[in-house]
Amino acid sequence: MDAPAASAMSGPGGTATASRPVFEIEGLSIEYTTELGMLPAVRNVSLRVHEHESFGLVGESGSGKSTLAMGAIRYLAANGRVTAGSVRLNGVELLDLSPRQLRALWGSRIGVVYQSPLSALNPSIVIGKQLAEVARQHLGMEHAAALARAEGMLTKVAMPDPGAVMRRYPHQLSGGMLQRCVIAMALMTDPSLLIMDEPTTALDVTTQAVVLDLVAELKREFDSAILYITHDLGVITKICDRVGVMYAGEFMEQAALRELFHQPLHPYTLDLLGCVPHFDPTPQKRSLVTIPGAIPRVDELPLGCIFAPRCRYVEKECHADRPPLVDVTDGHLSACRRWRDVPPPAVHLREATEAVRMAEEGAAAADVLVRAQGTEVHFKGPRGFFRGRTARVIRAVDGVDLDVCVGQTLGVVGESGSGKTTVARAIIGLTPATGGAITLRGRRLPPSTGRRPRATLKEIQMVFQNPDASLNPTRSVGEAISRPLVLLNGLSRQGARARAKELLQAVSLPVSYFDRLPHELSGGEKQRVAIARAFAAEPELILCDEPISSLDVSVQGSLMNLLMKLQVEKSTSYVFISHDLSAVQHLSDAIAVVYLGRVMELGTAVRVLTPPFHPYTEALLSAVPLADPDVVQQPIRLGGSVPSAMDVPPGCRFHPRCPRCLGDVCREQEPPWREGEGDHRLCCHIPLDELARLQAETIVLDAGEGA
Amino acid sequence: MARFIVRRLGFLVLTVFLSSMIIFWATAVLPGDLATMVLGRYATEQAKAELRHELGLDQPIAAQYGRWLQDFVKGDWGTSVSTDTAVRPVVFQRLRNSLMLASVAFAMYVPLGILLGLIAALRKNTWVDQTISVGSLAFIGLPEFVSGVILITIFAVELGWFPAQSAIAPDSSFVAAFPYLILPAVTVALTSLAYVVRMTRSSTVDVLQMDYVRTANLKGLSPARVLFTHVLRNSLLPTITVVAIGIGWLIGGLIVTEAVYAYPGIGRLLLFAIQRRDLQLIQATALLIVIIYVVANLIADIMYAVLNPRIRYQ
Repeated sequence: MDAPAASAMSGPGGTATASRPVFEIEGLSIEYTTELGMLPAVRNVSLRVHEHESFGLVGESGSGKSTLAMGAIRYLAANGRVTAGSVRLNGVELLDLSPRQLRALWGSRIGVVYQSPLSALNPSIVIGKQLAEVARQHLGMEHAAALARAEGMLTKVAMPDPGAVMRRYPHQLSGGMLQRCVIAMALMTDPSLLIMDEPTTALDVTTQAVVLDLVAELKREFDSAILYITHDLGVITKICDRVGVMYAGEFMEQAALRELFHQPLHPYTLDLLGCVPHFDPTPQKRSLVTIPGAIPRVDELPLGCIFAPRCRYVEKECHADRPPLVDVTDGHLSACRRWRDVPPPAVHLREATEAVRMAEEGAAAADVLVRAQGTEVHFKGPRGFFRGRTARVIRAVDGVDLDVCVGQTLGVVGESGSGKTTVARAIIGLTPATGGAITLRGRRLPPSTGRRPRATLKEIQMVFQNPDASLNPTRSVGEAISRPLVLLNGLSRQGARARAKELLQAVSLPVSYFDRLPHELSGGEKQRVAIARAFAAEPELILCDEPISSLDVSVQGSLMNLLMKLQVEKSTSYVFISHDLSAVQHLSDAIAVVYLGRVMELGTAVRVLTPPFHPYTEALLSAVPLADPDVVQQPIRLGGSVPSAMDVPPGCRFHPRCPRCLGDVCREQEPPWREGEGDHRLCCHIPLDELARLQAETIVLDAGEGA
Repeated sequence: MARFIVRRLGFLVLTVFLSSMIIFWATAVLPGDLATMVLGRYATEQAKAELRHELGLDQPIAAQYGRWLQDFVKGDWGTSVSTDTAVRPVVFQRLRNSLMLASVAFAMYVPLGILLGLIAALRKNTWVDQTISVGSLAFIGLPEFVSGVILITIFAVELGWFPAQSAIAPDSSFVAAFPYLILPAVTVALTSLAYVVRMTRSSTVDVLQMDYVRTANLKGLSPARVLFTHVLRNSLLPTITVVAIGIGWLIGGLIVTEAVYAYPGIGRLLLFAIQRRDLQLIQATALLIVIIYVVANLIADIMYAVLNPRIRYQ
């Protein structure tokens, strides 16, 4: 019951590693001076990264992971400062360096890759110049030599046509290409340390997969130690050798990648792993693990273990004093005094979650609630004022057929630019469809909300991606929820008040939130309010447009639980739009895969997610970073990005990017619909049995040999 | 780019055309009859009618407008009733004088404003920033007839450094006129300075918070290099627009300053023409000022597009 002997405090990294540590942080503490006083954002944190190794820094927003990385290389806002500790890069103490000495390291020994590549590059300087600048500054190169090196580096990061890219401005390149440029820029001087701060978070899943492949490859080629910051447990498995889990400014646990996933020794890690939906193409679903409460503010930390107030395995002693991060088994560090009692993930999942009733396979008997047939949304393209040329047509949605069944969830997946949001907006009437028919229980709906009767408006509601933008900042939570009650359900103001309070409880928010304004709520709470508002009118269908994408993993998990719970209670139908296939497969009964304004594959979730797949579905699936280091995914990668909806390719619209393109047939002829088992349909020139044969190994769930 | 300019030129012509209609209509409905003004109050009705016929005033206003516009485009801007001379040479001479005043003022406040704005942004929220911001704002609120009088009192009357009046001969050369230009230019510069300072400050503060400035810093570039290669290029864009639009105001909008100093510029000419109900002179001067404004705006747009690659290729 005692903490392990003090001798176990050998520090992170373990002893078995032969290579030398490149980057060492010891006992680092960082404080911010704010109006609230001193905020100890990072406290007594240590880590080591070795040559060729990549250390994953995982944590939710507010955990201090970026502050730790930026503070360690001494790039802090004016109000931040390092109060204690030591940071060594190749043995040189960074905290002792003068600003001039630091600048000699920044950009030469230390390279940084940022979250949003478009904003990280100067919009008014061509790419080549921005890259060459690094070589001129640190390698003493002339302009021409520096440019040559920049172009060489772009070639190394597998940039198509590097010579042309050198002359481009950032806004002329796609996100994936920009991130390649930033990575090339960081590698210009062959740095000892590469800090990557959420480098793929802003990218599409397919692009993310390509960039992750690139990072994994560069890791082998360059000697740099990598400090990889992310909130995404799936991404971690693709890149990192060692992982540190941060919570409210401290490490909870550090371990080798597989060990962390197979046998986490801290309840917070265990909970985080349980928040992420597991890829499991069966209709039987379990709820996700939720972590009660929220990350404490760093100025209001509990006395004992900082995770104790939210911990499932808490004891009285946990509140007494703060347990240190100790090496409990060879190189596996945990800050939990009960680490011996932390159960294996499988046991924890069984205890912390419950089975959720889902539609049975083959439940085709369910009535169709909303049916879209040949739905088209065409916009007029840009056209000049003085030029009489006819406008080009943007085919945002170009003939979509889909059914939403009563009480079920239809998941809609696709990359950005696939038209999935526009489909939803056409169904609710915010963006009027320009062709085809949308019916609600067999009755045809007028295209725009303005011409739909109130009774119809009441039946379809929507939850948007960004609750900050969809909630009026000057209206209280209560007013926001009451509005549809008065407007669509004809309740009196008194009645609406009472009902709104019930709705707050239904979405697990305290009734006291009734009078709060949106800015007083956290992101997850705001989205709960948006969900409550959508349910207020007691609709038959709720369109959820990326409702969880901008939120932390633990909040995502609890919102998915909430959506499932409310669906069971009220038998509401959902259309759940997301680029996140893990979330979609977790929530959906049926899935539609959308590409460039058209459905490519449609069917029950199980059928869509098991072979045969449409080649596009297959590519999406192999791009999803699954939070399981034992899963082997076929590296099927899509080049480029979704083409403009003004230039829809002829033949099969997916052919220019299709890894299984057959040639002229695909280029010239529209592919036929192929009917599979049940309602499963996909649109491809390759016959189903041939696809099934080719795709048997897209995802291999390996039982795994453990650590 | 060429297409962009052609489009903007199209808008420019349209704007000028609409303005000319408004100007002509507004002067046509001005109280007072031109014939009475020319021939005197006691002229016979017949004489006045003949003159109106001769001037085309008995025709419908649309026809009058058409003829006037045609003449204006051809360069025949009519004869001033009050001075009995051709309008065009007078207007151009005064325009030249206004240009001289404007360029001296411009050379004073633009570099100073950008410099002060940059200093304020780099020293954000310190006493330096506050002094600059408050100081430049104080002058915005001070009308030119107040600041002008104060300047005259101090620098002309008390110190005797500069002449108190700038009533130079309208055809003076720039060198001869220069001493007379300084005080009015300072007056104009004081009111315009704050716009440049504030615009430079706020856009520089914004740019300094951009991710790409962090990128530049973490490339290990010196602070001066970061400022000159990465910050200024982006932060001066909005300032340049403000400054270019300001040119229009600087040339056509100096009515008060020119009046305070009795400086023979185009603003004062317009005032004179209105006081004398000199329709031909009002129309020509007002339309010329409109043209200067829209051209200044066009220059601002083109400069913005040239300097901002995100606009250039769209």
